[in-house]
Amino acid sequence: MLLIHCPYCDDTLPELEFAYAGEAHIARPADPSKLSDEEWRDFLFIRTNVKGVHAERWRHIHGCGRFFNALRDTVSDRFLTTYKAGEARPDVQTLEAAE
Amino acid sequence: MSDPVSALNGAEFHGLIDVADAGLTGMITLRGNLGAAKAKKAVKAVTGTAVPAVGEVLGSGETATAWMSPDELLLIVPYAEVAQRVAKAETALAGEHAMVVDVSDARAVLTVTGSDAREVMAKLCPVDLSPAAFGKGDFRRTRMAQIPAALWMTESDQFTVICFRSVADYAFALLKVAAQPGSAVGAF
Repeated sequence: MLLIHCPYCDDTLPELEFAYAGEAHIARPADPSKLSDEEWRDFLFIRTNVKGVHAERWRHIHGCGRFFNALRDTVSDRFLTTYKAGEARPDVQTLEAAE
Repeated sequence: MSDPVSALNGAEFHGLIDVADAGLTGMITLRGNLGAAKAKKAVKAVTGTAVPAVGEVLGSGETATAWMSPDELLLIVPYAEVAQRVAKAETALAGEHAMVVDVSDARAVLTVTGSDAREVMAKLCPVDLSPAAFGKGDFRRTRMAQIPAALWMTESDQFTVICFRSVADYAFALLKVAAQPGSAVGAF
């Protein structure tokens, strides 16, 4: 079982308490009515689907209920870090250097 | 007015440990900026405690304050006094962007009592319930098999468990199975 650090509860807790919530850092367009069909499709459906470090949203649904962001390696399924919603995506090189 | 009845209506089970309906319990949800002076005043007025830290429950027995999330507290009060205490909180929070709601009848409360209570809860929840990791004063929202639940210790051998009213039967049945006589594991 994965252990995930909730930045709000400040505790590392079992995956059972969490729900995956898609790719992180996708900003909703300020004025959707100005978008072309292709741009709207891209916003709704087109995801990066990376092999490697992926920024994604998780929700501590059976705990504090908060959404937060995580960097997870999709190859090894290892969580590099988690951070509060609204914070900038941490730099992977800095994280790896710190380890 | 009809008489209020708790979801389990006084159900009890005696096995490895005792599982019982805790009866009608007053519960108030307070949401808002918990660092604000007015929020602190409201909590003081309702339960008499300070604002708990992350994962903490303050107070004891019938009156307590529990940390639910960064902007949410659960205030536990006697059932008969809920309306009056909601009013107190609203007065204290006047002018503040906050919400106070009586959720007493939306939830069910159970008590799990006995020397193996830790073990029974640990069979159902993905939580480290060893005495070193979890004790009186700790509050944890988690899941119990398929359902969300919150738990804390009211005595050294007693847990209080809160779940949604609609799944009270399921929660009771789960605890009954986990507390079958002879099912002790001896983990703690």
